[in-house]
Amino acid sequence: MSGVADQLFGMHGNALALRSQRLALLASNIANAATPGYKARDIDFAKALDAANQGSTVDKAAGDALGYRVPLEPSLDGNTVELSTEQTIFAENAVQYRTTLSFLEGRINTVMQALKGE
Amino acid sequence: MSGPMSVFDIAGRAMSAQLVRLNTTASNLANAGSVSGTEAGAFRAMKPVFGVVTDQPGVATVKVDRIDTSQVAPTKRHDPAHPLADKDGNVWEASVDSAAEMVEMIETSRQYQNNVQVLQTAKTLTLDTLRLGK
Repeated sequence: MSGVADQLFGMHGNALALRSQRLALLASNIANAATPGYKARDIDFAKALDAANQGSTVDKAAGDALGYRVPLEPSLDGNTVELSTEQTIFAENAVQYRTTLSFLEGRINTVMQALKGE
Repeated sequence: MSGPMSVFDIAGRAMSAQLVRLNTTASNLANAGSVSGTEAGAFRAMKPVFGVVTDQPGVATVKVDRIDTSQVAPTKRHDPAHPLADKDGNVWEASVDSAAEMVEMIETSRQYQNNVQVLQTAKTLTLDTLRLGK
């Protein structure tokens, strides 16, 4: 994000990109629910958003904030995906993505109104 | 694979892997109780082994690495009246644990459903993003 888009959308542009990356991470965890030895991963969203807002690229910010999920109960085959956890966080992330979309929608409407002089 | 892996690739390929798992379970259940005249000829349960396909760190989908056959020996049963019985009057019954296969089937269908849900959510969110500003 840079220039006009940054001024218009503030941190919501970065937030949307990070939410979308997190969606792929959580989808990967759910996809590998039955893969022996797979370690579930997630990003520390607050940390990633901070880094992105301070000028880091979204990809780098997400990469730096990437960590492993600590399972509640270890499984015998070394897989650390707990479907209930992943599904809850996936749903939460989807709602937060929607929320960010609403913020952007509002911003776009405001700017359009200003441009049209209504 | 060209370009980064999308949520659609991740969930789609996971669904095909789960489908392979469902197929092997169906074969195992279909062959449960089948009888052979030799130990080598008896059916042994199949089980797919999943492996990770990594794109970038943390972004990964799943594939079927290989399909293993069960190490459990077929059950030897003394049944001289059986038409397939060998000269000692023994037959071998397929090494399939029906209860375990049923559990596997339910787990597979749940995980398939989860991936469908992921796909649906990703689709809705992508379409909503496309509608932004309209």
